[in-house]
Amino acid sequence: MNTVTSKIGLTREQMAQRVALDIPDGSYVNLGIGIPELVTRFVPEGRELIYHTENGLLGMGPSPETGMGDPELINAGKRQVTALPGAAYFHQADSFAMIRGGHLDLCVLGALQVSEKGDIANWSTGAPDAIPAVGGAMDLVAGVKSIYVITQHCTKHGRPKLVAECTYPLTGLAVIDRIYTDLAVIDITPRGFQLVELSPGVSFDYVRERTGARLLPIEEDQRMAGYE
Amino acid sequence: MINKQVADAAEAVADIFDGATVMIGGFGEAGSPIELIHALIDQGAAGLTVVNNNTGSGEVGLAALIKAGRVAKMICSYPRSLNSTVFPEMYRSGQIQLELVPQGTLAERIRAGGAGIPAFYTPTSVGTPLGEGKELRRFDGRDYVLEYGLTADFALIKGLAADPLGNVIYNKTARNFTPVMATAATTTIVQVTSLVAKGELDPESIITPGIFVHRIVRVGEPAYESVLVAKGVSYP
Repeated sequence: MNTVTSKIGLTREQMAQRVALDIPDGSYVNLGIGIPELVTRFVPEGRELIYHTENGLLGMGPSPETGMGDPELINAGKRQVTALPGAAYFHQADSFAMIRGGHLDLCVLGALQVSEKGDIANWSTGAPDAIPAVGGAMDLVAGVKSIYVITQHCTKHGRPKLVAECTYPLTGLAVIDRIYTDLAVIDITPRGFQLVELSPGVSFDYVRERTGARLLPIEEDQRMAGYE
Repeated sequence: MINKQVADAAEAVADIFDGATVMIGGFGEAGSPIELIHALIDQGAAGLTVVNNNTGSGEVGLAALIKAGRVAKMICSYPRSLNSTVFPEMYRSGQIQLELVPQGTLAERIRAGGAGIPAFYTPTSVGTPLGEGKELRRFDGRDYVLEYGLTADFALIKGLAADPLGNVIYNKTARNFTPVMATAATTTIVQVTSLVAKGELDPESIITPGIFVHRIVRVGEPAYESVLVAKGVSYP
């Protein structure tokens, strides 16, 4: 036996890969900073997704080769990117018309907490000395058609991030559709957190013990349907 | 003959007065009119309210204006960024006020201000701390908060090219907040990399029509914030 404890659940890359599987061809997608950005690497062959960045670009491509970038071609995280063939530039009010007007199909975001009602907290811990900064997060969750959260199931200290009520300042009310964690895929339903899929080697009880609100198991008929 | 070109950045910003509201274009360094901001630091106006998505980085451009103590209040969506130290320190010590606005609400408030719309309802921020105390109204079963249009005395912006009438085109994502800010200020001042003759810009490609622009300064080789920060430049 070695002393390394085997990690249970998916890696960051595997989480991003799992999300990518669920994004239909032709979707207009906004990806948050962090794990969500990894999704672009795992889009299945044959699907074309159009990436939106809220500072004014549709058709965002990967980072430029070193020295080939333009400091005025950046993403919302202020990193240099490229514009793919067919890209379009536009101003911030048009960009948020796309967001708030429901024209984007999907936004994938990180989160501090998600409640069983679909509330999300992801912009502030509310710490008294923190500099408050919100960016476009509140507009994205209020406006984009589907909102997926991609996050570790628990905090670094082992506390559940899926909770009955968010205790951090909210970003939006009842806006989240689905959560992808290292342990499971979980939908927000009128009855609360509904398990959709367990990560390989993870049991229902293991996830339930790490979830801060009631977790509904996969119904038998759903489970069977999943194997067909 | 209309020719909105002025001699230099100093002349362009000469009449910005103490207590003015100044919109400054840019998202991070993309579209930041650094030369106009530096001219404003030299000019000395203080007690300003500045509207920008961020608060600058290092000690150049907007961060230098803040560091010089000229900004009484920032209206922005994201006041901390990479290499952003000036604003956080001054905010914590109570030397500057902050009005935090969600980014899309900020863009729309500026757009509305420039379009003669005094206020509007948006779903953004409903149920959050930033929606607290705002008038709520329900349309078709969904709640919205009332937000007010935003105007300014001056806008400082950066373009790629302009003609003497003030028609402007931009470089890539340097466009960001700039076209809406140009509409919302009493006096819009643009610095451009190149000035072209009337008729040289394709009317189909003009992003900011000249009616929104009042002064043009040519800055042929504009500085970039990240380059100045990497060199350790502190303005002045």
